[in-house]
Amino acid sequence: MAKAALSGGWIFFPRLPCVFHSERMLWPLFFLVTAIRAELCQPDAENAFKVRLSIKTALGDKAYAWDTNEEYLFKAMVAFSMRKVPNRETTEISHVLLCNVTQRVSFWFVVTDPSKNHTIPAVEVQSAIRMNRNRINNAFFLNDQTLEFLKIPSTLEPPTEPAVPVWIIIFGVIFCIVIIAITLLILSGIRQRRRKNKGPAEGEDAEDKRATAVTVENGIPCDPLDMKDGCLNDAFMNEGERLTPL
Amino acid sequence: MACALEPEPLAEDSGDERPKWDNKLQYLLSCIGFAVGLGNIWRFPYLCQTYGGGAFLIPYFIALVFEGIPLFHIELGIGQRLRRGSVKVWQIISPYLGGVGLGCFTMSFLVSLYYNSILMWVLWYFLNSFQHPLPWSTCPLDLNRTGFVEECQGSSAVSYFWYRQTLNITADINNSGAVQWRLLVCLATCWVIVYLCVIRGIESTGKVIYFTALFPYLVLTVFLIRGFTLPGATEGLIYLFTPKTQILRNPRVWLDAATQIFFSLSLAFGGHISFASYNPPRNNCKKDAVIIAVVNSMTSLYASIAIFSVLGFKATNDYGHCLDRNIHSLINTFDLPDQSVSRDDYLAVLEHLNATHPARVAQLHLRSCHLEDFLDKSASGTGLAFIVFTEAIIHMPGAPVWAVLFFGMLFSLGLSTMFGNIEGVITPLLDLGVLPRSVPKEVLTGVTCLICFLLALCFTMQTGNYWLEVFDNYAISLNLIVFAFFEVVGVVYVYGMKRFCDDVEWMTGRRPSLYWQVTWKLVSPLLLLSIFVAYIILLAQKSPSYRAWNPLYEHFPARQEKLYPGWVQVICMLLFFLPSLWVPAVALAQLLAQRRGQKQQLVRPQLQDGHAC
Repeated sequence: MAKAALSGGWIFFPRLPCVFHSERMLWPLFFLVTAIRAELCQPDAENAFKVRLSIKTALGDKAYAWDTNEEYLFKAMVAFSMRKVPNRETTEISHVLLCNVTQRVSFWFVVTDPSKNHTIPAVEVQSAIRMNRNRINNAFFLNDQTLEFLKIPSTLEPPTEPAVPVWIIIFGVIFCIVIIAITLLILSGIRQRRRKNKGPAEGEDAEDKRATAVTVENGIPCDPLDMKDGCLNDAFMNEGERLTPL
Repeated sequence: MACALEPEPLAEDSGDERPKWDNKLQYLLSCIGFAVGLGNIWRFPYLCQTYGGGAFLIPYFIALVFEGIPLFHIELGIGQRLRRGSVKVWQIISPYLGGVGLGCFTMSFLVSLYYNSILMWVLWYFLNSFQHPLPWSTCPLDLNRTGFVEECQGSSAVSYFWYRQTLNITADINNSGAVQWRLLVCLATCWVIVYLCVIRGIESTGKVIYFTALFPYLVLTVFLIRGFTLPGATEGLIYLFTPKTQILRNPRVWLDAATQIFFSLSLAFGGHISFASYNPPRNNCKKDAVIIAVVNSMTSLYASIAIFSVLGFKATNDYGHCLDRNIHSLINTFDLPDQSVSRDDYLAVLEHLNATHPARVAQLHLRSCHLEDFLDKSASGTGLAFIVFTEAIIHMPGAPVWAVLFFGMLFSLGLSTMFGNIEGVITPLLDLGVLPRSVPKEVLTGVTCLICFLLALCFTMQTGNYWLEVFDNYAISLNLIVFAFFEVVGVVYVYGMKRFCDDVEWMTGRRPSLYWQVTWKLVSPLLLLSIFVAYIILLAQKSPSYRAWNPLYEHFPARQEKLYPGWVQVICMLLFFLPSLWVPAVALAQLLAQRRGQKQQLVRPQLQDGHAC
């Protein structure tokens, strides 16, 4: 019926009996109103926005079908968003008009003012939708990418960054480990060198001690030189006294 | 002086012990680690793909057999026989050839500088891989949070992360910009890690090399297995290895194969000579040379299989996304139901729509999607590692794990190569006795690392990447070929082929066969000479230009080709010629010293009867 109004402007209404004279007046009015309302919601109309839903992409098997009930919910969400705008608290669901619903699931909508003659400026609708985008998305289980309002840019959520960037933490760990390892290596190197320096000096003491220490042969400690024989060969006894440090 | 060339006393070090390898495996792993580097991962697969896939293996193996293995054997043999670092070896062979050793030392030094700067970038990516989602997977938001940063939107998230958030690159090499503190911190860490590993020379690197040389193989295997399970891997591999034999007619292929073998084995740096000098005198250097060279080439092949299976996955993924974008456009324009066109139906639907509504379809400017186009997108060098591969990793499930493994592998590959480079710097310094003997080795390595770190700060500036390309293209390529040529000629003709063969027979127990003698005497020198000439011709034809990342360029994200300014060209020429000048300079100095010595001998009455030293 609305399309007929758009195409021609000539409206044919059935002949009604005279008794319904008042209703007869109402019919043209009804069609006129529908016509005007229809004109308000058109693709690329003033203050109209296109909406595109990708339900199957978002939900896969759990996708619901888009029917008039969903449209009703959509109108309700838009009306709800408008009611949050100051001066627009009286927006009703009937003020939101939908048209050109396609199989894609895309459609156009406008929001009219209470007089139903004019549409609310796009800027107000845009800001209202942006404020409540999250609620609208959640009502349909969709997100910014699957429920698109063309011409209404969504505010993107910045990625949550921790207080200290991750890389600094890992860097700190690695750096500390490496510095500790270097310090340990340097210290052990110094200790080794000190031992090597002391080594020749200690060697002399050891040689003297050996001359008076208990001689060990095959792991069996022998008695000191001057006491028993057995471990010591008499022929070499003179040599034992003359141990010289190398 | 001829008396310096006595055979046996060279085996003795004057007083103090030369460090030794703990076991043969350490030595082999060190040489393999030095030879196997980043080039095996990111240069060989690119060459393979560009030059006809499987067909490239033919010139590659020919170059390996006639150039790589013989040169390598000479380096190991001469180092093991003379038991000295590269500088002293050449002084011993002939004082006139001392410049070769100094040149190799300079090369090692220059390469250490910029190689560790590459590791700085690898470390930065490694540190950033420990988070999910990876920082290079999404663009940052712009100021009013309605979209992405423009530079990122125009290129891609991975390019943005590399060029802006890592390098913070300027559009021109003249604007040096500021030092990037994040990179500075990473550079310091890299040098500290290198110092930790080389602190006591091969005593310390010998322990670390077990990990750094073997870990990359583990990671490559893991990537290979994962790569094969990803969709599209087989396409990538088939595309890579399908031989296109007609490409072999292009002489460029042979040149690149020869240079790839040459640079891949890290010849003429002096590092291998140093490593071999720590061997016991009687060690089969011939077998070692063949083993290490073959392992290096096999690693290149193995790596390219792993890389290309992942890149095949990436190409398939991109192809799928291209189709999806087109399908999305069609669905939105023609109001078809959501998800009604699958990827398989796309072509049929497109045809149908083109027949019924050609004007509207043309208006959409759909990009044609072909899998081959995506497979053709190849990259080498830093482009492969930091842009292409990182993008592939984002799409793999469990991306942070793969990123950590990949950059950890790159880091250990680079680190084991750094050991060889630093060895090529430190051993000559020790042999020359730059610092007195009482100064411990740790101090020498520390001072060396510190000096290298300070000089490498130029790579942390915003133009660091441009300077790295300068170093990479001009400093090392030609000079190494010159030094390798002098190495072969020096050993074969100056030291003497017969003498060297005797030494090898003494060390290995078998005299070098005809193959070795022919390649040493004829084939390798000729090959090196022809590579040298070809390189000069190619470089003369190419204008000294670089490709800058300029967001204001009209064809952005394509890189803008700019000529090097005058002062940069001067630096390029200096880097190009100066290292090779060591050879004639030292020869000339030696000649003058000889002449002066002769004159003095004539003047002074002869008190000693030519007493041999």
